[in-house]
Parts: sequence; structure tokens; C-alpha cells
Amino acid sequence: MSVPFIAALQQSAIAPVGPQAGRIAFLFWSFLILLTCVFLLTIGFTLWALSRHHRGIEQEPLERTHRPSAATDARMTRAIGAATVVTVLILFGLLIASVVTGEQLAGLRYASNAMAVEITGNQWWWEIRYLSDNTRRILRTANELHIPVGRPVMIRGTSHDVIHSFWAPNLHGKRDLIPSRITTEWIEADQPGQYRGQCAEFCGLQHAHMALWVIAEPQEKFDAWFEAQLQPAAPPEDAHLQAGEQAFLSSSCVLCHTIRGTDAAGQVAPDLTHLASRLTIAAGTLPNNKGNLGGWIADPQTIKPGNHMATVALKSEDVQPLLDYLESLH
Amino acid sequence: MRVLAALACVIALTGCQRERRDLRPAPPQAAIYGDAAREGTLQPGGVLPARAVAYPASQNALAISEGQRLFAWYNCTGCHSHGGGGIGPPLIKEHWIYGGEPENIFETLVKGRPNGMPTWGGRIPEYQMWQIVAYIRSMNHLEPQSASPARADSLEPSPTIQNKRAGVTR
Amino acid sequence: MRYIVTAFLFLLAGGVEALLMRLQLSFPNNPMLGPDKYNQIFTVHGSNMMFLFAVPVMEGMGVWLVPLMLGTRNVAFPRLNAFGYWMYLIGGLLLYVGLFTNTGPDAGWFAYTPLSGPQFSPGKRVDIWAQMITFTEISAMCVATELAVTILKMRAPGMSLNRIPMYCWAMLVQSAMVLFAMPAVMVASNVFLLTDRTIGTHFSNPAEGGDPLLYQHIFWFFGHPEVYIIFIPALGMVSAIVAAHSRRSIFGYPAMVLSLVATAFIGFGLWVHHMFATGLPQIGEAYFTAASMMIGITSGVQIFCWIATLWTGRVRLNTAMHFVLGFIFIFVMGGLTGIMLAAIPIDLQVHDTYFVVAHFHYVLIGGALFPLFGGFHHWFPKFTGRMINERLGKVSFWVLFLGFNLTFFPMHLLRLKGMPRRVYTYSPEMHWTAANGMATAGALIILIGGILFIVNVISSRRSGPIAGANPWDAGSLEWAADSPPAPYNFAFLPGAVSRYPLWSDPADRVVVTGMRNDRREILVTETVSGEPRFRHVLPGSRIWPLLTALLATAGLVGSIFYFQWYYIGAVLTAIGLIGWFWPKEPVEIEP
Repeated sequence: MSVPFIAALQQSAIAPVGPQAGRIAFLFWSFLILLTCVFLLTIGFTLWALSRHHRGIEQEPLERTHRPSAATDARMTRAIGAATVVTVLILFGLLIASVVTGEQLAGLRYASNAMAVEITGNQWWWEIRYLSDNTRRILRTANELHIPVGRPVMIRGTSHDVIHSFWAPNLHGKRDLIPSRITTEWIEADQPGQYRGQCAEFCGLQHAHMALWVIAEPQEKFDAWFEAQLQPAAPPEDAHLQAGEQAFLSSSCVLCHTIRGTDAAGQVAPDLTHLASRLTIAAGTLPNNKGNLGGWIADPQTIKPGNHMATVALKSEDVQPLLDYLESLH
Repeated sequence: MRVLAALACVIALTGCQRERRDLRPAPPQAAIYGDAAREGTLQPGGVLPARAVAYPASQNALAISEGQRLFAWYNCTGCHSHGGGGIGPPLIKEHWIYGGEPENIFETLVKGRPNGMPTWGGRIPEYQMWQIVAYIRSMNHLEPQSASPARADSLEPSPTIQNKRAGVTR
Repeated sequence: MRYIVTAFLFLLAGGVEALLMRLQLSFPNNPMLGPDKYNQIFTVHGSNMMFLFAVPVMEGMGVWLVPLMLGTRNVAFPRLNAFGYWMYLIGGLLLYVGLFTNTGPDAGWFAYTPLSGPQFSPGKRVDIWAQMITFTEISAMCVATELAVTILKMRAPGMSLNRIPMYCWAMLVQSAMVLFAMPAVMVASNVFLLTDRTIGTHFSNPAEGGDPLLYQHIFWFFGHPEVYIIFIPALGMVSAIVAAHSRRSIFGYPAMVLSLVATAFIGFGLWVHHMFATGLPQIGEAYFTAASMMIGITSGVQIFCWIATLWTGRVRLNTAMHFVLGFIFIFVMGGLTGIMLAAIPIDLQVHDTYFVVAHFHYVLIGGALFPLFGGFHHWFPKFTGRMINERLGKVSFWVLFLGFNLTFFPMHLLRLKGMPRRVYTYSPEMHWTAANGMATAGALIILIGGILFIVNVISSRRSGPIAGANPWDAGSLEWAADSPPAPYNFAFLPGAVSRYPLWSDPADRVVVTGMRNDRREILVTETVSGEPRFRHVLPGSRIWPLLTALLATAGLVGSIFYFQWYYIGAVLTAIGLIGWFWPKEPVEIEP
């Protein structure tokens, strides 16, 4: 799969694809236009003040007393009073607009067909769990969030370690992921597409490389994806892939990672059961292909220095089978 | 002013070892088979010369912090709790069953021990083993207090504070 | 003076850090700085600028200017002033020794827990940050205390409270804010963070009943007033410059004073706007939106009054006025982006992106640094006795102005493309390269502007035309002293018959006679009316402030490593204070 890093407006708050981001973008543009006018007026008056030829301002009192006449002062007082009143009204209007938009954003929580997803921030990857009343249908995956188009999704956020922040600007503003607290946010995508998000709260050495992809697809495609993800990993068919599976199970990988369908059940690192179905690896750092995966496993600390993936020395005869096995986990 | 600067430098220089951040282990250290030391010093036929084992994670704050993380990640807490012991013996103690020197603890991790201590030698890379060794020693005040974490963000009593009287005897 | 020079050196250090950051970000996947070094550099840049430059330089200007403007000879507590300076210098050195020994703090200038807690920030880096804050906050509180007392009790006879210059009002308001805000950050950094890290308390440990948000609330309760602490003295400076160079009194003195006080009050009620993304209840957050927008009114009133002053005055467009105009342009733009940030939905998109970086650099550099530079040019004749070169000054202004806008305006656009803060690198597919490149180019231009300014200062000091006492024909009392002023400011203390005493009829001007000139004698006046009450003798230079500072340092630096040093340090500091306050022979003061 190739990664369509499309130009210009990827990960952008002014390219909204859902109602939440759309309302925020509308508010933003309104503020921007109004406040730009205020700015231009202020600068205009300042520059005009410098260029006035002082008609009507008596010079003689100014030279003597360093203040103009009482009439001028009274005119200025009225002008400033009027400007202040206008400012107050503008700010009040902006306040109301802001509060109304906030209410609209919160309105999505009353939707009846919302899907619930729990996102847990870790240093420096995202753990994603699709919640369900049926425990067999709770899906645990990592770094890539698929959502159906047109359906509200409730994001329950928390963190395992430090404060992170879930931010997919095309869809909504950010929500901090705070250890020991659960923060909630509702998002919805109106168009299918792939939208990049990034952690937006400084979380340590690799804050820069903690991205995630939100993939919105039509409901049928989403359902198909979900069912496929719920399946455990298929047993490897040929000897080459079996050697790869053995390499995985006999090295350090199993201490941290899970591949459902095998004995590997580590909980502290991303779930690899369907690794090959993802667009990127290492939380959006590299496109997902065999070369990048090989480089990542061989030396994660050069690609993402400080991250918690152990540097494991594999035997050379294990490398190719392991990579092929991992790339077979669709 | 100059005296102050000199004093500051002295304080800081002693921190050089503590504040080193080696994020990328050298290739030999990523190996999963470490330098296994002898179990004890008791040998027939005379005293052997002591073998100094290189202990890269010693006194290094980042290493001890990583050890703290790995102690939980690799589920040492499952048997040893947070040093208090449970299924396994406590790790905050005065009398070590297999020796409390760094190389002894390292070998315990590499080879495993009777009565249930798994062999981690095929799983945990060597540099991480040394980090865990450093953390275990820091629980016993055998690492400088300035390099040891005061507590973890969890329900544990802080080993470095609550256990002031622990020490190692051979 | 020492304050200003030291603060300027820290400004240069912070500028170097900024340049390193910009170079690192100038193109994607730059291998120049790794994440560890970059994190240290941006943390130190922020801490340096906020704690070691902005507040001290404003306080330093205050310590120098306020006695001159009030017509007195010195600040109220000169030994406290010295102690505050030493603590500031030592705190700054502590931070930089840390940076150069790989122990610089790396958790951001506000060091959120749990990232800065004992589990996720190993070593002593964040502890050094926390204690640096102790030093600088003690220093700020010392200066705030003495400035407040000076302004309230040591004025020229006849200078009632409604006649004190706007700059002194600004410093009075700022000192009050310091006294309320700085203890909050000391609690946050020392009590919460440092004890968590050194003796294992659980303030931020949710498993044991703590809460990471508690730290944020307390920190920002300080953090928001902090920016007004930096900004309000600049407002005072702008008033002084505008009055002098429009050759008229500032329009609307009562309105200006009230808006200063209102800014201070409202400034204490805004702190949650730094925390809008944390999921606090909406109704509470809406209150902070309202307050954050309300503060736009007070700043707006000030801007309107200045425009009115310019409108009805006879403006002299020298370098200082250029900086004031630059201030209006940049600060108003920054303030308006601030109004955008106050709206919660917009903030949810732009929080922790380069939009915020652009906003606060606009308001801090535009709102504090440009007036400061304007003040340097305006008071240069008073500082040094020579006129500064106007042409070079104007050139340096334009270079700084253009460089600043080139650096920080593209950052607004970066946020529209989704670039978060505090990232040490980015990939080429994000299309952030062009804007980052522009910002780096702008940073280099700012460097050139700064160099031009320094060159101007040095060459004008050496060979500028001699200035008299009052080259601008300004109205406030500092222009009655010599240029540069004698260490005792005034041989004969002037009296104040109006708000702009030097503009009143020469026949009405008064001086005080009868004060002794052979010892440090000052006049203490009534708080409100300015009537003289009694004379007071100030102490001379002593070693005790420095010694006490060193003893306190031993305690505070030691406590980074061993908590027991707090106790030892307390005893040592007590010894220093006993020596300081050892009673001396009472001085004979004739009635």
C-alpha cells in the first residue's frame, strides 16, 4: 500500500471533512475577517494620526501647556468612548459566537448511532480499542483509526504515561490524553479519505514522531475491515513464513508485542496482528514496506532515537523470513 | 563569582555519568547473550583473580529509569512485586541469595535460577539487562540517590525512601 | 544597571538558542540536533526568555528609572536590591551550567507533570529548572517589594498619587502582580514538582490520589499573570515615550491608570485558557473565554488613548517613536490572534501549534521588546550623556521589524498546515519546509538587526553628540537630573507641581533644600498626597547581601541533590540575615 501524502492541506484545520472541524473552521474564518478589519482600522488611525496636519488643533496652547484645548479633549473623549463601546460589542458578539459553536460541537454527543473508540496515548504510539458490549468484538489495534463515514465516533481518551493530545485537524480540535482521566471527544467524517493527525502535547523525546492516520471509509468497507481485523493472524503457509514466525516467537519481540493467533501476547507495545494492513509503521514515522520495516527492526534508535523499542540483534538468517512473515500479516 | 562557578562545575562534573543519555546501544550490547560471570567466588584450589565486569549502566539516571520501566514491562512485578517479593523473593534486602554484585544479578537474569526464575538470556538484550540490574541495585541504595527516581507514577511505595536501612552484604 | 546588562546578555544567549532551533527546523529531517539536545534547547530558550530576560530587564529598567522619575535618590531598600540581583545572576548561571553539562531541563519551559515527574524525566535536569525558578522568583519579589515601597512612599514633595508618571503606575501595578503571582510558581515548582522528584511525594501521581492537572492549574495561575508582568512595564514605557515625543500629556490619564489596574486584575482570572484542551467542564471554560476577551477591552482603551495623544500632539518621529509604532502594529496583531485563541473551539485547533508560538512572540516581542528598545533609544541620552545615532537607530528598527515579521508571520500559516509545537523535526511530505525556511531567514535578519543595535549603542556611547539634561524637552522628572545622572540622582530633590513638572511654568518649579548631601538621605512622603514626612538615611554598600545570597545558594543548590540541604540552607541564610540586620548606631537626623 502506498501512502498518499497529498499536498498542501493534509493535517490542516482549514480543510475540514466533518461537521466538527467545519464549524470550527467557519468560526475561525469569521473571527479572522472581523479581526483583520479591526486591525486595519487601528493601524489606519495610527498612521493617519501621524500624518494629520493638525487643522483644528490650536498650536498655541500646545506649545505653552502641552495640552490642547478643552474642546479638543472633549471630542477625543467622545471618540474613545465610542471606540470602546464598539470594542465591547464586538467582543461580546465574538464571545456569543464562540459559546454557540461550543454548544454545537457538543451536540454530537446526542447522536444515537455513535461508535465508541478508546484511544490510549503511550510514549510514542497510539493504542486504539474499538469498544463493544460483546467482549469478543473489542478490537485492539494501534496507530491507525478507521471510522465509517457519516457516523459519529466517540473518542474516549486516556494515557498510560504522560500527557499526550489526540489531534486530527481535518476532523476536530484536539483533546488531551491525561493519565488517570478519561477525556471525551466526538468526531465525524463526512467524506472518505485518509487524514493525518499528530500528538499535540509535548510528551518527551519523540513527540515529533507520534502521528496517526484516521481513515474514513464507507460503512460497508469499514465493516469489512473491522471483521478482517477481528480475525487472529492466519497461520503461515510455507516453510519460509513459518521460519519467520519462529524467529518472532523466539526473540525479544514477544516480550512486548501481540500477534493474536500465536503465543505472543505482550501488552505494552503495538498489536501486530494485522501489521501489513497499516499505512505506516512507528506511529506514522515511516511508510509501511519491507525495507522500512527491516530498517526499523534492525535499528529503531537511529530512526526514532529514545523510543522504547528494544534494539534486538537478530541472526542474519532470521531477518528475511521475519520480515516476510510480518508483511504477510494482512 | 569565580569560586561559585568552580563549585558549580564540580557539582556538575560529578553529574556527567549520571546525565549521559545513550539512546542507541552499540551493536554488541544488543546481543541477547551476555557476558556471564561466575556464580560465586568460592572455588576449590585457591582464589581466582577477580574479573571486573563492565557495567555500563552504573550510576546513569536514564539507565535506572529505563530499568524501572522494563521492570514493569517485562513483568518482574508479577513475581517480585515492586521489590517486596511475592512468589519470588524480595529484591529489597540485606542478604542476597545469589549475590548482590552487578555481575551476580546480571547472571541471575541471564541464566535464571532454581525454583522459578526464568532464563531471560534468550529474550532480553544485554543492554537492557544492565539497565534492570541498575534499577534493582538502586532499589537497595547501591546507586547514587541523585540518579535514582524518587518514586514511580503508580501504587508503589518508593523503594528509595521507604527502605532507608537496606544494604548489601556479600 | 547591572540588571539591564545581565538581562541583555541572557537575551543574547536566548537568541542563540532560538537560532539553533530555527536552523534545526529549516529543512526536514535535519540531523543537526537530536531530540535530546533540541528538547533541552527549546526548554532553556523559553525559560531563559521568560525568567532570565523579560522580567529582570523590566525590573532593571524600573530600578533605574523609577527613582529618577519620582525625584528621589535611590530605591527604598538598596541592600535588598543587591540581594535580588545576586540571586538572579546565580539562578541564571545555574541554568546555563546545567545546559552546558548535559543537565539542561528538557521538559518544556512549563514542565508539565507527569512528563517532568520522577519517572519520566530521569536525572537532575528538571530539578535544576525548578531551583532556577526559586532563584529568579526570589529576585523578582525583592525588586517588586522595593519598587512598590519607593513608588508609594518616596516621591517628590507635591507628587500626589494622581500626578505620578504612567510608567510608575505601570511599575506599581506590576510589582503588585509579582507579589501575588510568583509565590504560585514557587509552590508549583518547588513544592509540587521538586518534592515529587526528590522525596517521593505524590502530588502528581494519580495512583496515590494526586492529579497532573493540579500542577497545570497552579503553574498557569502564575503563568498568565507572568506575561502581563512582562507587558505592563512596557505599556508604561510607551506612555512615557509617546508623551515626550508628541509633546503633550498623555490623553486620558485616569482611564489609562484604571485600565492598567483592570488589566492586572483580569489577568489573574485567565489562566485556564492555557488548558482548554484538557477536557474541563464547558461552562467553566466559557467563563475564561469571557475573561480572556474582556482583557482586550483594557488594552484597547490604552491603544485608543495613545492614538488620541498622537492625533492631538505634535509628533517627533525619532527612533523611539518608530519602535512605539512598531509596537502598536505588532502588539495589536498579537492581541487579535489572542482573541482568536480565547474562543474555545478555535483554541482546540490551534493550541500547541505554531499559531500559539506566533501569537505569543507577537505580543511579547511586539508588546514588550519593541517598547523596551524604544525605551533604550529614548533614555539613551539620560543613560550615557550622549545622543544615539538616529539614522542607524531607524535602520536597525526597520531590520528588526521586517525580520520579526518574516520570522513569525509564516508561523500562522504553519499552523494552518498542522504543525505542532516542540517537534525537533518533520518529514518533507508535510509541506512545512517553505514556511520554516522563511522563518529561519527572518531569524537571521533579526540577528543582523540586533547587531546593528549593539553597534549603534557602542559607537554612540563613544562618539555621539553630547546630550544635555533634557534633549527631548520632555516633562517628567528624570530629565531634570544630569545626563548621566550622578549616583545620587539629584543633589537637590525636585518638587512636583503637576503631572509633567518640567512642562510647568519655570517660575512654579520648586526644589527641596535642606537635605544633607554628605550621606544617603532621602525624603519619605505620604502615600497618597505626596506631602513630605521625614528624612531617612539609606544604608551604604555592604557585603551582607552577597554573602546571604551565596549562603542561600548553597542551600538551594544542595537541595537539588539532597533534601536535607533545605534545612542546612535555612540555617545558613539565617546567619546571613542576622549579619545583614545587625543593628547599628542610630543616625542623628535633625528635624
